[in-house]
Amino acid sequence: MNTRLSAEERSKFQNSETIRKILNKSKTIAIVGLSDKRERASNFVGSYLKSEGYTIIPVNPLKQEILGEKCYPDLASIPVAVDVVDIFRRPDECVNIVKEAIAIKAKAVVMQLGIVNRDAAELAQANGLMVIMDRCLKMEHGRYNGNLHWAGMNTEIITAKKVSRFI
Amino acid sequence: MSDKRKFGFETRMLHAGHIPDSYSGARAVPIYQTAGYVFDSPEYAASLFELKQYGNIYSRISNPTTAVFEERVASLEGGTGALATASGQAAQMICMMTLLNPGDEFVASSHLYGGTYTQFEHTFKKLGVKVHFVDPMDIKNWEKAITPKTRLLYGETIGNPQGSVFDFEGVSALAKANSIPLVIDNTLASPYLCRPLEWGADIVLHSATKFLNGHGTSIAGVIIDSGKFDFSNYPAISSPSIPYHNLNFFETFGHYGFLMKARCETLRDVGATISPFDSFLLVTGMETLSVRMERHVSNALTISKFLKSHPMVDWVNFSGLPDHPHYERAQRYLPKGAGSVFAFGLKAINNNPRETGKKFLENLELFSHVANLGDCKSLVIHPASTTHQQLSDEELKRANIKPELIRLSIGLETTDDLIWDLEQAFHAISQ
Repeated sequence: MNTRLSAEERSKFQNSETIRKILNKSKTIAIVGLSDKRERASNFVGSYLKSEGYTIIPVNPLKQEILGEKCYPDLASIPVAVDVVDIFRRPDECVNIVKEAIAIKAKAVVMQLGIVNRDAAELAQANGLMVIMDRCLKMEHGRYNGNLHWAGMNTEIITAKKVSRFI
Repeated sequence: MSDKRKFGFETRMLHAGHIPDSYSGARAVPIYQTAGYVFDSPEYAASLFELKQYGNIYSRISNPTTAVFEERVASLEGGTGALATASGQAAQMICMMTLLNPGDEFVASSHLYGGTYTQFEHTFKKLGVKVHFVDPMDIKNWEKAITPKTRLLYGETIGNPQGSVFDFEGVSALAKANSIPLVIDNTLASPYLCRPLEWGADIVLHSATKFLNGHGTSIAGVIIDSGKFDFSNYPAISSPSIPYHNLNFFETFGHYGFLMKARCETLRDVGATISPFDSFLLVTGMETLSVRMERHVSNALTISKFLKSHPMVDWVNFSGLPDHPHYERAQRYLPKGAGSVFAFGLKAINNNPRETGKKFLENLELFSHVANLGDCKSLVIHPASTTHQQLSDEELKRANIKPELIRLSIGLETTDDLIWDLEQAFHAISQ
């Protein structure tokens, strides 16, 4: 639903188990193309992930600091281990960003809602990275923890078990 | 919890949108009868107001009981999400105010519920929005009415009271060709009988008062979005939102942009919000939707056949009967049944159709004389002597209401008893 990917691509690049694993096991998320403008989608996602307890690392060569975090010009310059590379750049830049993500040994790559580059996705997967494409990390977090359920979203989660809605 | 299996309609009718909470384990959906919600911190509150966090702020905008209703109906219609409203009229108003700006136009089928017609024709005029009504029977009428100012197309799955069935494939192709959304009122079918999003509609509305509730206990409405329409160049959705610091709802929320804007701007400002208790009644009602609808349609078929063969009946307008012009279309789009609301014409006694209809209603014992439909109980109304009694014969004709028209909403009673009731009323007026 709501994606340009085929059913087969969805099971590969929008797999719910993979999305949950990324949200559950990751601590550090580098956001490539994070904007300091409060109205931009990347700023919404960055501030949300930070407030949900993730360490965010802005990757933006034009800025010193965004959302209170030090900016790095590229992934290679980040001095700590990165779990997830979350991409807010044009599709044609994704292959190079994935190559950098592989080089820094990131565990996952997320190409945000509306960003589709199949070569980049295949390259990341072939190198053992978990891959999510054409999905928003903030919205997926909201889907599984129930916060978007409160906004009327069809989360597609069905269970009769007594569970707290977390990821 | 699993989102791997594609659960069936009946399972989702009972479970979608509600996970028993770890605190109480309550199996039924709790009624969160609260106006406000305690914030974690001032910073968290600020991020909620800025839409940087998702969560409950105030029950005019969202409520946990209402969220169950919303997710459940979104699941049944196959949408990406839903927004509940205080009534079906409010659902239309909030949907249209989200999609349209002053100066915009839209094209609607003329086979519409009278209240919708009035809202579109008169109240929308005050908002600077112009509606063009078209006879939906010919696709060319739609084509001709579309102008560069047309922002959406609108119709009902089952037109009321003509019993026409919407040309989903024809009109949705036209909407796509013009890059505008198709909005469908699916009230008379319910998602059990027809899911317009599967036939190319982009947004579905309901008066949830009717079959979704099923028991005539709540006034409610709902908007369901497929999430598939590309709003990137659609002015009302993709232009910067001034109250939200120039946020572009489509850029930021993608396929959820329309619903976020409808909730966080239009519903917030219009304030036509459903109450948590009504959401609870809707959730409860929807648990039996498929079972009720199966009986509704089989009873309606039995009653319509009885009326069709009755000497005091002039005509029956029900697309579930083979002589209706849309019988084939109903078989395609409504294979489980053409609903349970239809109209018939009484043969006038003494050449006075209004008086004949009035007397017929006076003599019914079991059918309830009510301005509603989609109740478990069978309902009847004679527009010419009630809702439309102020209209002259000429005005009635223009409103597409024949003076002999009687509308039935067939309920779940024993069909022999319903037939007995109709028969004794026919007998009484023939004396």
